[in-house]
Amino acid sequence: MALALQTFSTVKDANAALKAAGTRYLGGGTLVVRAANEGDVSVSSLIRSTEPVLSAITVSGSEVHIGASVTMAAIARHPDLAALSGAARAVGGPAIRNMATVGGNLFAPAPYGDFTVALLALDASVSTDGGDLPIETFLAKRESHHAIVTAVGFSLPVDGGFRFLKVSRVKPKGVSVLSIAAVLEQAPDGTVSSARIALGCMADRSMRAKAAEKALLGRKLTSDGIAPALAAASDGTSPVTDPIASAWYRNEVLSVHLGRLLLG
Amino acid sequence: MAKVPVQFTLNGAEKAEFIDSGTTLLHALRDKIGDTSPKGGCHQGTCGACSVIIDGELRLSCLTLAETCNGATITTTSGLSEGGVLHPLQRAFLDAFATQCGFCTPGMIMAAKVLLDHTPNPSREDVVEALSGNICRCTGYEPIIQAVLTAARSNSQHAA
Ligand SMILES: Cc1cc2nc3c(=O)[nH]c(=O)nc-3n(C[C@H](O)[C@H](O)[C@H](O)COP(=O)(O)OP(=O)(O)OC[C@H]3O[C@@H](n4cnc5c(N)ncnc54)[C@H](O)[C@@H]3O)c2cc1C
Ligand code: FES
Ligand code: FES
Repeated sequence: MALALQTFSTVKDANAALKAAGTRYLGGGTLVVRAANEGDVSVSSLIRSTEPVLSAITVSGSEVHIGASVTMAAIARHPDLAALSGAARAVGGPAIRNMATVGGNLFAPAPYGDFTVALLALDASVSTDGGDLPIETFLAKRESHHAIVTAVGFSLPVDGGFRFLKVSRVKPKGVSVLSIAAVLEQAPDGTVSSARIALGCMADRSMRAKAAEKALLGRKLTSDGIAPALAAASDGTSPVTDPIASAWYRNEVLSVHLGRLLLG
Repeated sequence: MAKVPVQFTLNGAEKAEFIDSGTTLLHALRDKIGDTSPKGGCHQGTCGACSVIIDGELRLSCLTLAETCNGATITTTSGLSEGGVLHPLQRAFLDAFATQCGFCTPGMIMAAKVLLDHTPNPSREDVVEALSGNICRCTGYEPIIQAVLTAARSNSQHAA
């Protein structure tokens, strides 16, 4: 079936057009155009908005806002977002990164969504014309959100407070076996005072490793200190099985990689 | 379905066409405009054979809708030679036996060109990273990497 593209200069008009049946928003198109090429006929019309705010990155102090149309390549090269460049570079090869948007990554099913893992650990907020939602709430119900995501916002952790790791079989650009992001704060004595750990590929979408987070509190980042967190790492996970890895394998290796991230 | 106009600069020449809405750039280039240098390998973003340069950035033409390129400047491998003289990258690919069946070659050359445009003296690691979205099923990657490094050296000798 033929696909039609409708372009609107404002998010408001694009949101109105998205109410029609068979429509889907077009970000960078790396998933939605691929689906059409593969014969997905559920979408007959793609909608996009060229409103400039969608492509803006603003950093003021530690507060960051990234428009939904911003690409992984733009994040990777932004001088104030160096902490996130590893997570942005983890997405696809160079051409994919020039196309893949932040907005699209929020909707990417496992094994994709590596940047969303970073956003979940950062406890980002997800903005639409209707208001802001915590990313965890947004992800839990992402299929039922029909409004265009306009931006994500978060506070940059202090230097060294953000960690990210992607495990893939093909280097440098393979699809994830799993990915992990963590935002850790430590008290002056080195014990962990706050921890947010997000996992990719350990469910159909990015998820928090809440049991591991809890088990880290008050502990030092040593082999002994992190042992309870590693033991709890796969609590509540239900990983995908795909050609990259089985669910069993993902669960088996999660604690090894979480350990490397925490001790690294 | 009503046709929509698209207009862009392709390899220095103005192009204007009426296309079906939703047509990919790959389809528009190959089947409407007749530039068959971008290849359709997978149409899924995984092989890189359809790579082109849009406004200085490497993109996959199989996943790009032609209408989103209105006003853009597009370069494909067929636009690289000048007056019958091959571009240094094309020359290096031939000399280094970096092209066997040739299907991946235009995409590889586009990825390499963007790299050399920004990083004239790349390391081997830079080349591997730049070509990481491009798959070759017959030559093997080593001659391709060597060809890009050779082209970079010949460019810098040329510039000196
Ligand atoms: C070869 C290849 C390799 C890849 N490798 C990776 C990888 O390593 N890691 C990874 O995370 N991903 C990967 N991806 C998946 C994909 O490229 C990324 O997840 C990307 O960020 C998706 O963004 P997009 O803008 O292209 O999405 P699109 O294809 O434009 O959209 C995807 C979905 O999100 C919706 N959407 C997009 N933007 C918005 C918005 N602003 N508001 C509301 N809905 C929206 C669309 O309607 C659609 O349903 C890969 C894809 C390919 C083809
Ligand atoms: S045809 Fe576009 S990436 Fe394979
Ligand atoms: S030369 Fe045949 S695919 Fe690369």
